[in-house]
Amino acid sequence: MTTLQAKQVSKSGAVHGGAGHNDADDGFSDLHPAYSTLQAMAESNRCLYCYDAPCVTACPTSIDIPSFIRKISTGNPDGAAKTILSANIMGGTCARACPTEVLCEEACVRNVAEDTAVEIGSLQRYAVDHLMARDLPHPFKRAPKTGKTIAVVGAGPAGLSCAHRAAMLGHDVVVFEAKPKPGGLNEYGLAAYKMTNDFAQREVEFLMGIGGIEIEYNKALGKDINLADLKAKYDAVFVGVGLGSTNDLGLKGEDFPGVDDAITFIEKLRQTEPKSDMPVGEKVIVIGGGNTAIDAAVQAKRLGAEEVTLVYRRGAENMSATEFEQDLAKTNGVVVRYWAKPVAIKANGKLFGMEFEKTELDANGKLVGTGETFDVRADQILKAIGQKIKTDDLAGMEIAGGKIVVDESYQTTAPGVFAGGDCIKSGEDLTVQSVEDGKQAAIAIDAFLKSA
Amino acid sequence: MADLSCKIAGIDSLNPFWLASAPPTDKKYNVVRAFEAGWGGVVWKTLGIDPPVVNVSSRYGAHHDQNRRLLGINNIELISDRPLATNLQEIRECRVEYPDHVIIGSMMAPIEERAWKDLAQQIAESGVHGLELNLGCPHGMCERGMGSAIGQVPEMVEQVTRWVKDAVDIPVFTKLTPNITNILWSAEAALKGGADAVSLINTVNSIVSVDIDNMVPEPVVDGKGTHGGYCGSAVKPIALNMVAEIARTPETRDLEISGIGGITTWKDAVEFMALGSNAVQVCTAAMIYGFRVVDDLIDGMSQWMDDKGYTSVEQFTRAAVPQVSDWNELNMNFDTKAVINPDNCIECGRCHIACEDTSHQAITMTNKPEGGRLFEVVDEECVGCNLCYHICPVPDCITMEPVKPDKPPMTWPEHPLNPMRMAAE
Repeated sequence: MTTLQAKQVSKSGAVHGGAGHNDADDGFSDLHPAYSTLQAMAESNRCLYCYDAPCVTACPTSIDIPSFIRKISTGNPDGAAKTILSANIMGGTCARACPTEVLCEEACVRNVAEDTAVEIGSLQRYAVDHLMARDLPHPFKRAPKTGKTIAVVGAGPAGLSCAHRAAMLGHDVVVFEAKPKPGGLNEYGLAAYKMTNDFAQREVEFLMGIGGIEIEYNKALGKDINLADLKAKYDAVFVGVGLGSTNDLGLKGEDFPGVDDAITFIEKLRQTEPKSDMPVGEKVIVIGGGNTAIDAAVQAKRLGAEEVTLVYRRGAENMSATEFEQDLAKTNGVVVRYWAKPVAIKANGKLFGMEFEKTELDANGKLVGTGETFDVRADQILKAIGQKIKTDDLAGMEIAGGKIVVDESYQTTAPGVFAGGDCIKSGEDLTVQSVEDGKQAAIAIDAFLKSA
Repeated sequence: MADLSCKIAGIDSLNPFWLASAPPTDKKYNVVRAFEAGWGGVVWKTLGIDPPVVNVSSRYGAHHDQNRRLLGINNIELISDRPLATNLQEIRECRVEYPDHVIIGSMMAPIEERAWKDLAQQIAESGVHGLELNLGCPHGMCERGMGSAIGQVPEMVEQVTRWVKDAVDIPVFTKLTPNITNILWSAEAALKGGADAVSLINTVNSIVSVDIDNMVPEPVVDGKGTHGGYCGSAVKPIALNMVAEIARTPETRDLEISGIGGITTWKDAVEFMALGSNAVQVCTAAMIYGFRVVDDLIDGMSQWMDDKGYTSVEQFTRAAVPQVSDWNELNMNFDTKAVINPDNCIECGRCHIACEDTSHQAITMTNKPEGGRLFEVVDEECVGCNLCYHICPVPDCITMEPVKPDKPPMTWPEHPLNPMRMAAE
């Protein structure tokens, strides 16, 4: 089948991968190329239009997947897009960045029937792209104005999703964003080959089409604005600041030039054009086992690093990166070493490598070092060992377990202040979960304002 | 490999697969390719009296499924638009070059005795094995008093058949139109006129789709459209019923039948033959995929015959006819229930929602403690309608299992709830 063959080529990474890529391709073109109409037709017809479908249950935003796929198959892609966007206004980003293989596509009954899920992500992208490519009025209408104004802190997926839904419900919204551009991790954090053609910015522009949303840039919480003022000035506040800080290795030399956070590396890469202007080491070590680690390793390789070694302290099955992401690293030529932890950064005026100690589980299942060590040479080290909340900006709200505490209606311990996205503990720290948080928080804020 | 040779209207054929009279049999070039591909015979595209007709540009409309597979085509093309002499010369050449393959001459003329007889004799002289009378075209030709304009009047069907039978001494097939109220009237008329066989069905009168941007029925000819003849797999069920009616009705069952109507696969062909066709004609499948489809028609039928132990096609021809009954002859005490095999179930939920919304609320959906969903049939509610069995995407997941009978068979005329029966008592 044409569709599957096309996807397999892209999944193998062979058409994009490192040294193998052709001159016209800088290694950062679409990881999964957009569907043609023929591919969309063939794939949409694989959907069985399940009743009470498992894929819907598996989607954090509960997109009515069988309905939107049926609309594609009947030649109604714009209707399909509205079905998607009514549940998830960032359906375009989620179609590109969601780990569908552990969400909707994992639940697809076609896995049972024939071991190959319907490619829901690609179909979703086809529909949303189709709508966004047309110069149509914004597909959603605002309810009559309520006269209330909501302050949203952070123009990432959670904040923008909250803003859009709140605007739909008739409220006005002012968004405060610390960075000079909107989109949050969509703009600064996702791998470049997942968000080609400036999609994050185009999506924000589309979302703003609802009206009633203003964004103020370079306004950081705790620096340019503070919670008390926002509370005083606005009818409600939504905090979607994400995770502003990163974990440290706790090793000497961590501030040495060449040792960076993977997310900083990705952020710089995302803002560099052409990508070939982005400096990268010859031998790169990436520490970590999540999708950010994979994103950093693969992109370092595609930038031309000769050797990229990803080191993770446990086994492949413990990695939070999905199987697809792990395979992507391997097919891009990343060397993956399991069961080892960094013990020393090696430098003699210049960074030259890292020493690792092998690890294992002891009798109690605790991760321990074996005492056996090995060195890996490197002139660049990227740390992807997790992000954490930047607590000093969040005075007035209770924090527990590194996350802002919220009740079931997304309200923090500060009355009238709601929160969502990676800075709260909801589901996984995924774009799609943040969008859901923002949407649900807006609905909760609406109820809060009506009862006030 | 089973012997697929057959005989219809006294004509021996290498296999039961002929190409129907249509664009694929318009000229020698196509017919040679068809014979080379393995078709047993062709019915040459319908010949008329010179001057030839003139065809319009834009001729076919289509009924697609959502995956753009063609379920049916309709056409507004007329009969052969080439001079009669050209066609007859090419027929002669094909007869010489392919002596073992069957060529039937299809013909059409206005309702005049001389016209039919002269044309029939000219075509017969070209060496064709038989003639097929086109009394079916539902578009264009009927507006000129031909095609279905004749086929819809049983007296004319009989008359035309008789004229041609009187004029030639080769077998005559009368081709019937489905655009009538009762196929038996046409079939009986053909029989009375002396037809050696009937061919059916011709195309079904239709508008296949509308160009909703320009609000014109398709196919569009310079801003206008007209009704055309519908063919392809979509018409197969209509054709099967008409074939079966002729084969099972005492007044018409002696007619031999050349079955036509959406035959696409070897299984379709077997079904047509089981219901009364002595051989079959195919057109749309070849138009969609090319003449090579005959390979699977031959191979599939042959494999099936080997599996079933049939050594000749006559052994299964009409084998299903005795089982075609009137509704009144069905056993009201028969009961069958859907059985869902949970091992094959992929949990799509389609059986549940179909039964819940549109049938008898006989399939429950419950969450399994270990995750996933369980679909179960409520026997007391299941009427054995087959809906779930048909819509289930997994073969053999839902089966229909007959309930062991606890009562003797009983037909509706015998049924205690039949008011007519009660009135008779």
